[in-house]
Amino acid sequence: MIEQNLLLILVALPFLGAIAAATLPVNAHNAAAWLSGLTLCAGLAIMAGLWPMVSEGEVLRAGVRWVPAAGLDLDFRIDGLAWLFVTLVLTMGVLVVIYARYYLSKTDPVPRFYSFLMAFTGAMLGLLTSGNMLILVVFWEMTSVFSFLLIGYWHGNPNARDGARTSLILTAGGGVCLLASVLMIGQIVGSYDLDEVLSSGEIIRHSALYLPAMALFLLGAFTKSAQFPFHFWLPGAMAAPTPVSAFLHSATMVKAGVFLLIRFSPALGGTQIWFYAVTGTGLATMVIGAAIALFRHDLKGLLAYSTISHLGLITALAGLGSPAAILAAIFHIVNHAVFKGSLFMAAGIIDHETGTRDMRRLSGLIHAMPITGTLAIVAASAMAGVPLLNGFISKEMFFAEATEWHNGTWLDDSMPWIATLAGALAVAYSARFVVSVFFGPLARDLPRPAHEPTPWMRRPVEVLVLICLVVGVVPDQTLGPVLNLALQAVTGPQTPHFDIAVWHGFNLPLKMSLVALGCGAALFALSGRRIAMGPEGPPLIHRIRAQRIYEWLMLRLSWKWPRRLLALVGTEKLQPQLLILVLLALAVGIATLWGTGWSLPPAVTNPVDPAFALMWLAGGAAAVAAAWQAKYHRFAALILLGAAGTVTCVTFAWFSAPDLAVTQLLVEIVTTVLLLLGLRWLPQRRSEIVGDRLMPARLRRARDLVIAGLSGAGIAAVAYAVMTRPLVPNIGDWFLRNAYYGAGGTNAVNVILVDFRAFDTFGEITVLAIVGLTVYALLRRFRPTPESVAAPNAQSHGDGVPLAEVMLVPATILRWMFPVLIVIAADLFFRGHDLPGGGFSAGVTMAVAFLLQYLGSNVKWVEARLTVLPIRWMGFGLLIAGATGMGAALFGYPFLTAYARYVDLPAIGKTPAATALLFDAGVFALVMGAVVLMLIAIAHQTLRAARLREAEAAAKAARPSSPAPEAL
Amino acid sequence: MEIVLSLAIGVLSASGIWLLLRPRTFQVITGLCLLSYAVNLFIFSMGRLTVGAPPIMPKGGWVDPTTYADPLPQALVLTAIVISFATTALFLVVMMASRGMTGTDHVDGREADQ
Repeated sequence: MIEQNLLLILVALPFLGAIAAATLPVNAHNAAAWLSGLTLCAGLAIMAGLWPMVSEGEVLRAGVRWVPAAGLDLDFRIDGLAWLFVTLVLTMGVLVVIYARYYLSKTDPVPRFYSFLMAFTGAMLGLLTSGNMLILVVFWEMTSVFSFLLIGYWHGNPNARDGARTSLILTAGGGVCLLASVLMIGQIVGSYDLDEVLSSGEIIRHSALYLPAMALFLLGAFTKSAQFPFHFWLPGAMAAPTPVSAFLHSATMVKAGVFLLIRFSPALGGTQIWFYAVTGTGLATMVIGAAIALFRHDLKGLLAYSTISHLGLITALAGLGSPAAILAAIFHIVNHAVFKGSLFMAAGIIDHETGTRDMRRLSGLIHAMPITGTLAIVAASAMAGVPLLNGFISKEMFFAEATEWHNGTWLDDSMPWIATLAGALAVAYSARFVVSVFFGPLARDLPRPAHEPTPWMRRPVEVLVLICLVVGVVPDQTLGPVLNLALQAVTGPQTPHFDIAVWHGFNLPLKMSLVALGCGAALFALSGRRIAMGPEGPPLIHRIRAQRIYEWLMLRLSWKWPRRLLALVGTEKLQPQLLILVLLALAVGIATLWGTGWSLPPAVTNPVDPAFALMWLAGGAAAVAAAWQAKYHRFAALILLGAAGTVTCVTFAWFSAPDLAVTQLLVEIVTTVLLLLGLRWLPQRRSEIVGDRLMPARLRRARDLVIAGLSGAGIAAVAYAVMTRPLVPNIGDWFLRNAYYGAGGTNAVNVILVDFRAFDTFGEITVLAIVGLTVYALLRRFRPTPESVAAPNAQSHGDGVPLAEVMLVPATILRWMFPVLIVIAADLFFRGHDLPGGGFSAGVTMAVAFLLQYLGSNVKWVEARLTVLPIRWMGFGLLIAGATGMGAALFGYPFLTAYARYVDLPAIGKTPAATALLFDAGVFALVMGAVVLMLIAIAHQTLRAARLREAEAAAKAARPSSPAPEAL
Repeated sequence: MEIVLSLAIGVLSASGIWLLLRPRTFQVITGLCLLSYAVNLFIFSMGRLTVGAPPIMPKGGWVDPTTYADPLPQALVLTAIVISFATTALFLVVMMASRGMTGTDHVDGREADQ
């Protein structure tokens, strides 16, 4: 049990460290480094504690249930392979933290750096130890994100931003591919559990989804491991601080891709297509990376391409899939991490102490920094594959596999040659690194005089180079057991034990090594001087930059093509959008009715009342006329609209809906006032618009007429079809039966609104409040066009009679109407529960009462005498309605449960006292407030326009009187 | 009666939709008003047409639902009437602001190319 908990702690620890580091003060260099270093050391201690179990070949599992229904559990497992990788990550992490402590300058904000670094480590550990494939993808993406943040650590530098963005797009895009692949594999296997997937290789390989799943999986792994043609993000990522380059972009994160290849090779590997895809890509990357590395002038650029090349080597081995190849791959991952980590740190020291990383300027540094120089030379020799160093042994194993492993394909036949070529190139670029930086006369014109760094900055390099040497001399005694355990974790416990020896006799791989050494040295000796003079890339192809192709593509993918597509299929114009909307609605209607056979049972109709028909003849004519006149005769159209509304209102009354008739009538009044207020702000249209008589406009109108006619006919047909069917018993019956017994009201419509479906009403009045406030807010920033600021014709009365006198009689009548309307509103409100009326109609009536005062007198007169605070009315209305609903909770009932009883009041008699009445009071206050707010806010714009006019007139009057500056 | 009311709904919605497709904001707002009459009448008519039987219940006693008008479509339409006023106001304000900002009352925010 303790081991399981240790495993969970191991994964959680770096994240806790990240949070702790983030809270440190900005300049806490030592504290942040100690915190991070100790966190990682604790992780290493846990790994030591787990070693006894792991060394027995056991797989340690621990998990937290998360979403078991989706097959998503936080499962973690550690076997030999994971143990090796975790230990590698933690060890490199400790060294990088020590190095970073001396590398970062005093002004860098360190908590951010260490926090990201810790979080990245946590993501990496999670990735390595996850036992569920979905969780693995989550951690995989987390490493991409933290890599992005770390590359962009110096975000003031545009290169860092570009590099970070490129790496994120590529690796996160690969992550999406990986997710798709994992989902497919999960579908094939029926589980996301890693153990089950790894043991289902046969099922996966014979599945129809094998090819797409494998292709997507490889895309994920190749982008992460910077395989050709996705390699270019890695050199771009070198804009990161060197500790990050050493940790993420050589030792750990880029290895996640090859880790995945190795981990899943039993499940996905072993087929011809896997061999071609993986080994082919690996070999291509190995040669291309090595070739470009030779031509880079930037130290970190050389190391980055060399990293790409070595990752290609590991990928090629993973594609072979034989136990010996897997062993070589794992061994090379460790060796490469050790020597490349130390080389990056050395390059960082050189950059830090001399101020440049350009190899053409650096020279003879061995004289100025002998210790660092010696360490770097040893590490570079390991990179080149010089015997008695760790890089030599794993490279030798690769050569051995290249010559001994066969499947009879052309790629297999050419492997020894490709391997030797890449080996020679590796020797050449290593030689270039060593010779141009450390030998020759000491460079004099460096930005800073070269000198040794602080000893502690060098310690991590010393440790790593020591490991290079020790592993290179006694590989089997140091790493042998761990590597064999890791191998067995991949290929199964029956795998034979491999001895890792330095000397295998004078065999073919050794000859290849010697040829590579000789050719490489000769290559550098012959062309070294010319390379330093030439461009930064191999001859002929140095103009083809993957980065440029990527940027060309990104520009099109993320900017040009989307815009072209939008221009093609989208429009910012409202008119075509409305057309599409109407056509779509029409199409949906037709599609729904299509094939129903149009067979209907015989219609049940009421006899036609001629008066009703005549009324609608007028109503329909008014509607058509309104449509006809709305462009040039807006006022007439408005009156016609009112006529159609009135006919609608009478129709409600006719068919037993008194509530609707009352509300419709009142709303009709306020709508007309509203539109009249709005008319003032629209352009006056005295002459016809030029285009209206032209052919395109005529065609457009004809087309719209057809669409409108079809839609109207369809709606009429559907309405007729439904109306003539007998009504089936429905929920309305329940409302009717229970209106009195359940809610103590006899007006079923009002009872539905304030009691049965009060929650809906609550939502509706909230919408009303929001709309009211929106109207108010929009009008606060309202800026009219200059031509509508001038006073409209109606206000400029030529005969000299003041407006107040013209309006004297109507104003007096309207003033007398005010108390009458208040009484009507009160009546509508109180009778609402039993008779037609209620909060809605009472609210609108009250609003009309206020409105009439505004109409009869001017705004200033009204507001000097009457304080209307519509926003408060709205607020209190909403509060009352909400509080009534909450009140039910006090008695243990659900929200908005109403309570009704009749109380005997002296002199008045039996009075209904339902809580629904309180709720209705809220509705009343809100409706009144919202309607008044909207209308008054629009009406006030006229006042503002008048103020604008006055201000303009004052400015005009002031201008001529002020003396011109020239006159002075 | 049904045929008259359905024709009325058809005429109202056809006028409304025609106006909806027109270029001037005032035409569109008028169209929306007409369309809201049509839609309200349509929803209301889903409760069938009943003459002289408003859903006002007696105080107590057995209630036969078939002798009253269906209250549910009425309740739906009642709030719809008030809400449609609010949306009309909102649209009016947006259209005023659009005129103020663009200088035109074309719904696209600019005059159509001739």
